Amino acid sequence: MPHRKVGFGLRSIGATVVNGVWRLGYASRFFMMTLISSGASFRRIHLTIREIYFTGVMSLIIILVSGLFVGMVLGLQGYETLQKYGSESALGSLVALSLVRELGPVLAALLFASRAGSAITAEIGLMKATEQLSAMEMMAVDPISRVVAPRFWAGVISMPLLAAMFSAIGVFGGYLVGVVFIGVDEGSFWSQMQAAVDFRQDIVNGVIKSVVFGIAVTAIALFEGYDAPPTAEGVSHATTRTVVTSALVVLGLDFILTVFMFRGV
Amino acid sequence: MERTTLDMWVGAFVVGGLIALLILAFKVGNLSGYDGSETYKVYGEFENIGGLKIKAPVKSSGVVVGRVSDIQFDNKSFLAHVEIRLSKNYQFPKDTSASILTSGLLGEQYIGLEAGGDEKNLKNGDKFILTQSAMVMEQLIGQFLFSKANDEGGDKKTAQGGNKKAVVQ
Repeated sequence: MPHRKVGFGLRSIGATVVNGVWRLGYASRFFMMTLISSGASFRRIHLTIREIYFTGVMSLIIILVSGLFVGMVLGLQGYETLQKYGSESALGSLVALSLVRELGPVLAALLFASRAGSAITAEIGLMKATEQLSAMEMMAVDPISRVVAPRFWAGVISMPLLAAMFSAIGVFGGYLVGVVFIGVDEGSFWSQMQAAVDFRQDIVNGVIKSVVFGIAVTAIALFEGYDAPPTAEGVSHATTRTVVTSALVVLGLDFILTVFMFRGV
Repeated sequence: MERTTLDMWVGAFVVGGLIALLILAFKVGNLSGYDGSETYKVYGEFENIGGLKIKAPVKSSGVVVGRVSDIQFDNKSFLAHVEIRLSKNYQFPKDTSASILTSGLLGEQYIGLEAGGDEKNLKNGDKFILTQSAMVMEQLIGQFLFSKANDEGGDKKTAQGGNKKAVVQ
């Protein structure tokens, strides 16, 4: 019966679309609820500080090491290309601009999603699976303001700090390879960099980017955990989805933000 | 509430992030070169600005004295209308000339100011009387060919009289 197969295919497409829109609406409501009930995460700041420790401080090692290596690779590759045109002295501006504008916020957000985002999803998913969230509701404790909101604000605060450290140590990595190992002139390395990098245009925009990524990654991680089916398999799928969705959203948002921030500069 | 080691780590983390931001602002960026001093606006009209961009430096004797703040095309005079913000610390005579120059062989373009001899200084809203446009490679080559042809024409003139006009035109 061919028409039955067609009907089945159409039904499954329709179900996927309806389900997706439904989930998006639920996610938006969840996000708004988080924002509305985030008063407690500032009134009882120790909750947020605890989460900053787990999301921010614990991500520090991977962020710093990756930043150093990314900067070193940029220095090496940039030098290889630039010296063909005899403009090695532009190495500083190349390393700094690519780190501050793009690589710092984006790579830090991707690392943050896989290091902290997945942990958030797994934790909240497991809290839900073991009915800790329902138990809180029983005791008239709002799980969103007690569990979700502090994690959200911790992520939003940590992300720009992590991205700034990533960029700073990346520039140091580029300096290490370019100036210390290869021997590009130190004065022109820094002065070209300072001539090319504008505070408002590049650094502030990079920080804005990382704040946006922080909101996106943390919100996705929290929602995936909150929405995870309360089974071992459900939590594992939710964790995977967090990393995949965050990566796609970060890269997509980065394109949009770049179009607005750096077009025609 | 007591102080815990956790607080110490979070504090160190926040301080580290802020230090990184400060390093970016002062060591990597140009915030250290920013002076919040007052500025005044002057204008210049150029036939061709080449690759001049907003925020390009304005230099006099190689020292940055201001920045280009706006570039527009004037629909009446068909000239490029360039607005420059000069730092109030630097005063220039009224007959200062402005020319668009290039730093290095392939470097960025900037405006060079050469002070004149007038006793009055430029004020807010004044216009440069003398301006010199950017060099355009095609025009340079064109001029070079033109003068070359002119020279050859001159040489040939002795040999065969009326040929010069044809070469020049």
